[in-house]
Order: sequence, then structure tokens, then C-alpha cells
Amino acid sequence: MSAATVTLEVARYRPEREASPCFEAYEVPLRNDWTVLDALNHIKDTADGSLSFRWSCRMGVCGSCGMKVNGEPKLTCGTFLSDCLPGPIRVEPLDYFPVIRDLVVDITDFMKKLRKVKPWIIRKQEKPTSQGEYLQTPDQLDAYKPFSMCINCLLCYSACPIYGLEPSFIGPAALALAQRYNQDSRDEGSAERLGIVSEHDGIWQCTFVGECSKVCPKNVDPAGAIQQYKLTVAARWFRSLLLPKGAH
Amino acid sequence: MTERFTPLLWAVFSAGGTIAALLFPVHVLLFGFAFPLGWIEPPSHEALRGLLAHPLTRLYLFTLISLPLFHWAHRFRYTLYDGLQLKHLTELIAVLCYGTALLGSAAAAYLLWTAT
Amino acid sequence: MSEPVHYTPFHPRWHRKRVSVWWWLKKGSYALFVLRELTSVFVALLALLCLWQVRAVMQGPVAYVELLAWMRTPFFLGLNAVSLLFVLFHAVTWFNLAPKAMVVRVRGKRVPDWAVAGSNYLAWVVLSAAVAFLLMRA
Repeated sequence: MSAATVTLEVARYRPEREASPCFEAYEVPLRNDWTVLDALNHIKDTADGSLSFRWSCRMGVCGSCGMKVNGEPKLTCGTFLSDCLPGPIRVEPLDYFPVIRDLVVDITDFMKKLRKVKPWIIRKQEKPTSQGEYLQTPDQLDAYKPFSMCINCLLCYSACPIYGLEPSFIGPAALALAQRYNQDSRDEGSAERLGIVSEHDGIWQCTFVGECSKVCPKNVDPAGAIQQYKLTVAARWFRSLLLPKGAH
Repeated sequence: MTERFTPLLWAVFSAGGTIAALLFPVHVLLFGFAFPLGWIEPPSHEALRGLLAHPLTRLYLFTLISLPLFHWAHRFRYTLYDGLQLKHLTELIAVLCYGTALLGSAAAAYLLWTAT
Repeated sequence: MSEPVHYTPFHPRWHRKRVSVWWWLKKGSYALFVLRELTSVFVALLALLCLWQVRAVMQGPVAYVELLAWMRTPFFLGLNAVSLLFVLFHAVTWFNLAPKAMVVRVRGKRVPDWAVAGSNYLAWVVLSAAVAFLLMRA
């Protein structure tokens, strides 16, 4: 009895022997509980041990396995083979990041930008532990919770045409994470982040294409975060115009 | 160069877009189709002059013309920059776009100011 | 090795794809986005048309009648028809996206997206009716 199989067309790039990426086809068993990640691991186990790709938790919380499946940025651990039929299923590395090897991309650019927006609680005065924890109502948590669900999988960067056209753009995830801290009632650092995101490559580069929110596997809605950020900065601009210098 | 004013430009873009969205459809329907084609009796010339005499009408019309022009300027500037990848012409594009909007707004202001 | 790891931003063997100028044709949603952005051209055209119409009214009754005649020509009927379609597309996408930018909180809870968008549509109907009423009553 011959089991059903599906063809995977996987992008390969071995810089030591080829100048540009190519595609190689592999036959993989079509099991209805298999994801694209399972298929890639099958290929690595049985066909070509040199296939390189990132993965870790295989349950959609670590953000390591982001790749393009049939042209769409997806987490391969959450993309079932049966949903990608009919074959062949095209697996490529994420767009707009330099490809190091096969399906592995270099994400240093994002790491630099993430650090730039200061994604941590900034306070003038830390509360000593003896005074207890910072209290937050459910509504205050609601204000930033969706933005905190980001797993840094970079699917949004791969979907954002602006990031592709303007590599210096800070990008959806970093800006959403800046907003996550701005909206946190414990944070006092929005003024500090303002200068960074108001630069030419910050929020104003975004033209609200909206693809980032469409591909986000955790419903972070980075597009919404950026538009809200624009509104806040614009309101602040008018306030500083109408109020005397030094007042906020 | 225009970075200091980007929040203002975005705010004007938003205002212009909202005005265009809320009011342009009815204006096009009436002055583009209903009145010329006689679906609805067009207002008489005296009636329109009467409306124009009122300062509020003139303010309304100025907003109706000027803000959407700036909406176009801001949006089109980014469309050229991203869509056609004309990065090397970025200053020229900004000047042409906002300049055109300024000219149109100035023409509208002059026209409406001198309306009796 | 006690030296910190140093990442090089540019590596000659890493592959970087160039973004084609036709990037927006690669996906349906990208093409719709560009179409949405191009509505601004028709918005500008309509604004200038409005300016011309105001000028015609101010020039006198003859100019006004001539203006209405101009609007009846196939060229302007066509232009207005296309502009109307684009401006409607602009309005619908604008109102549907408004809730993303404008987060309204009532008593701590976020007003749902359909309510924000819905109130925009309501304002659209009310204002259009008001303008139409004012012009038809004249």
C-alpha cells in the first residue's frame, strides 16, 4: 500500500558552492498531523542532513521557525501540510533579510532596532521591593496586552513592503513593542522613546499597508499600534505648540 | 527637512482624508450627475451666490478644497517614494507635492476671499 | 575565546534579493493597497474641480449654465464616474481602518471596531444628507 506523499520545493543556498539560491524538490509523507516543520525535519533526517533551518518549541511560542510557505510568511510549526495542498509546497526563507544558508536568515538588523526603541519599563524612580508590587487593573492591562504577545518571529517584517523598500525602517514588531511599553501604566519612558520613533525611519515611514497585522500569528496588530502611535505623537505635537515651552 | 513638521503633515493628511471621505461623494453625485443631468432641479445661480455670500459657506468650501489637496500631497509623495522607488528625488517630490497643494489652497483662498 | 561576538552587518556571501519595482503586483493585497493610495489622485482632481466650479458660479449666471453643460459632456461624465468610484473606495477603506488608529475608551473598556467604523458611516450619511438638503432647498 503506497502512502500519500507531497512534494516540497525547498530553497537551498550553499554559499560555499553556489552564487545564488536554487530550489530542490523532496517527496515527503503526507500525514494529516504533520506540519511543514515536520516535513523539513523528515527531509533533514532521511534525504539531506545538510538542510539548515531554525526551529525550537514547535508550538508557536518561540518565534524561531518563521519561513515563507507558498509565498506567505508563516510559522512552519503551525502550518499543516494538508492546508497547503495541492503540492508542490514551496518553502523559502523570510523576505528582506539576508540569507545566510538555506532557510536561515540574519536578523541582526531587527535586534539592533529592537534595542533602539528601549523595550523595557523606564521609570524615574524604581519602587523598592519593600513597598510591594506595581498594581494594575484589568483595563490597564488591556491597554497593552495584545502588543505584549509578540514573539519576535519577524513574519511582519517579511510581509512589510516598506521594510523591503527601505531597510532602515524600524519596522512593525519593534514599533509595536515600543507602544507596548508606552501604554504600560508602570512605564514613564514615552518621552524618551519619542525621539527615536519620530525619526525619518520611524513611525512616519509606515503607510498603513496593513500586511504585518494580517500575517501576525499572535494577533499583535502592529499596524494598529503604529497608527495609534502616529495619533499620539501628532496630538503631542499640537499640545507642545499651544502650550508654553516646558509644559507637557 | 520636513521632519520637524511630519506630525503636522500627517494630521492635515488625516483631516483631508476624512473630509474627502465624508463629503466628496455627495458633492460628486450632485454636481457631477444629479444637477447637470437634471435628475434633481439644480439650484438657481442667485441661490448659489446667496450661499457663497455667507462667510461660513466660504470657510466650508476652503476646507473642502484645501485639506483634501494636502491629503493628496502627503499620500502621493509616499506613493512615488515607495511605489516607484524614486528615493533620489525625495526632496523634489516633497516640494512638488506640497507646493501644488499650497498653490491650490492659495487660489481657493484668494477666490473665496474676493467673493461678494 | 573571551572576546565578545561581533556581528557583521554586511557579509559578502549572504544573499540579498533586490526588491523589484513591480513588488506591488506580486500579491492581491499589495495591489489593492496601491489602488487605495492612488485614490488620492482623484481626491485632488475633485478638489480642483470644486475650485473651478466655485469660480464658474462667481463669474455669473452664464458661466454657471456653461459649467452645467460642461459637466454633461462625456469627458466629464466619465471623469466624475471614475472619480466617484475611487472616492467611494477611499471612503470605505478610510472608515474601516479608522478604528485601528482611533482607540476610544469608555469607562476603561475599548469601544469595539464596528462601533467606531459604524459611527463614521453614520456621520457620512448625516453630513451627505445635510449638504444635499441645503443645496436642494436653495
